[in-house]
Amino acid sequence: MTEVHIIGAGIHPFGRTEGRSGLDQGQFAAEQALADAGLAWDQIQFAFGGSAAAGNADALLPRLGLTGIQFINVSNGCATGGSALLAGYWAIKSGEFDLGMVVGFDKHPRGAFNADPEKSGLPRWYGETGLMLTTQFFGMKIQRYMGLHGISAETLGRVAEKAFENGARTPHAWRREPVGLNVIMSSDLVSDPLTKYMFCSPAEGGAALVVASDRKMRELGLSGPRIRGAAVRTRVAGSFEVFSPSLELERGPSPTQIASRAAYEMAGLGPEDMDVIQIQDTESGAEIMHMAENGFCADGEQERLIADGQTRLGGPMPVNTDGGCLACGEPIGASGLRQVYENVQQLRGRADGRQVEAARLGYSQVYGAPGLSAVAILEA
Amino acid sequence: MVARMVAEGLVRGEADQARLLGGRRRSDGKMVFPLPGGDGAAAFEAVELPTHGTLWSFTVQRFRPKPPYDGPGDEGSFAPYAVGYVELPGAIIVESRLETQHFDRLRIGMPMVFTLQTFRTDPNGQDVLTYAFRPADGDER
Repeated sequence: MTEVHIIGAGIHPFGRTEGRSGLDQGQFAAEQALADAGLAWDQIQFAFGGSAAAGNADALLPRLGLTGIQFINVSNGCATGGSALLAGYWAIKSGEFDLGMVVGFDKHPRGAFNADPEKSGLPRWYGETGLMLTTQFFGMKIQRYMGLHGISAETLGRVAEKAFENGARTPHAWRREPVGLNVIMSSDLVSDPLTKYMFCSPAEGGAALVVASDRKMRELGLSGPRIRGAAVRTRVAGSFEVFSPSLELERGPSPTQIASRAAYEMAGLGPEDMDVIQIQDTESGAEIMHMAENGFCADGEQERLIADGQTRLGGPMPVNTDGGCLACGEPIGASGLRQVYENVQQLRGRADGRQVEAARLGYSQVYGAPGLSAVAILEA
Repeated sequence: MVARMVAEGLVRGEADQARLLGGRRRSDGKMVFPLPGGDGAAAFEAVELPTHGTLWSFTVQRFRPKPPYDGPGDEGSFAPYAVGYVELPGAIIVESRLETQHFDRLRIGMPMVFTLQTFRTDPNGQDVLTYAFRPADGDER
């Protein structure tokens, strides 16, 4: 059976880069990924790319080379990057291709995303009356979770504190200064119980990966982490998702839970096997809830695990080692690929200043509106 | 001038008699809110939702949303408002604005009651109403 490896990885630093378009940042990442593998664009057989606010991803083609390859634009909300990777994975797994690129970039205006009710099939009043905000959903999901499972506001603060600590050690991060717990806790509320420092911001950046079959990788004399499992799943009836005017009384699992299970099953591995973990942290609460939804702990255990520093660098289950979305910001097209880029660096022993010792298995999960999750498990 | 609802089909009846409208799917009895319009409407029968429920979760909107939000004032005069999900027993959990300024008294599980709220006033002076829930124990306004 064909195995899929990541043999090159590139990133344009996340954050705000004045004077450089989203497309420029995508090109930068793509060229860096090619250089990382020592390959030229005309060797690439296919590409999947995504950008939400910086033009079509295939606008990269005139810049990288009009070689006539299959290039498919991917649009899957905040999970666009994870979805592009999954498409590349299956393209090689199927045997149709054996060398390709997945790429994502973006450049968003400042401030919270504004949502269009019609695009989500929702009535206009839902937006007009001020109910259609992703920030409200995140506030309400963690508010309920805290009530049910005994998570304190201080734990929300500790997640953000860790993110900025890790970001300070990461060249591609945006927020590169530690922020004290008191500052985080006493900053302005955005959507209760979440403060300004507990939310990530829309941002800019680019990330790209070169994927290859095991056969092609050997033929080229290259190496790189193997994708052991990868899955995208969408919401089911009863899951609590963004932009929901109502919820069913009978509650169900989240798309993250089912994507996670599918990826573990594919890999023949479990959460206890993972050495380094990247999970969606749109805000502090999301990281806490995603720890449980991805199987890394039971509901409520986060309170103790985080207080004990177990998710920090040097702890037994390091989470979001590059500072995650909180420290890197969230350029939609690139965000999921940044997580995988970080795992590739960790598994190749190149994560200077934040290296998880002897990391062999890396886990990543990106969540996006209107309710989907993309998971990838890599093995060094 | 008589106030108007922000959208047709959200409620049935007026003032104290107003009831929030949901839909029951004819094929399997599944409840939805809002009541679907357009081509989807035929599959559902309109159902008046319960007026009393309990708070399922909540947050406070602390900054003025971007368009299509068209509430009153501008960023300078914006007043934060509470938003929540209210569990209506035997029916459905509905997202709603919450009519209270006592944000620190909101608790999951607290009793809530349905109301209409003046959401904004049109340039011609006509009040525009939307649905809301308020704490049932009074003394909240």
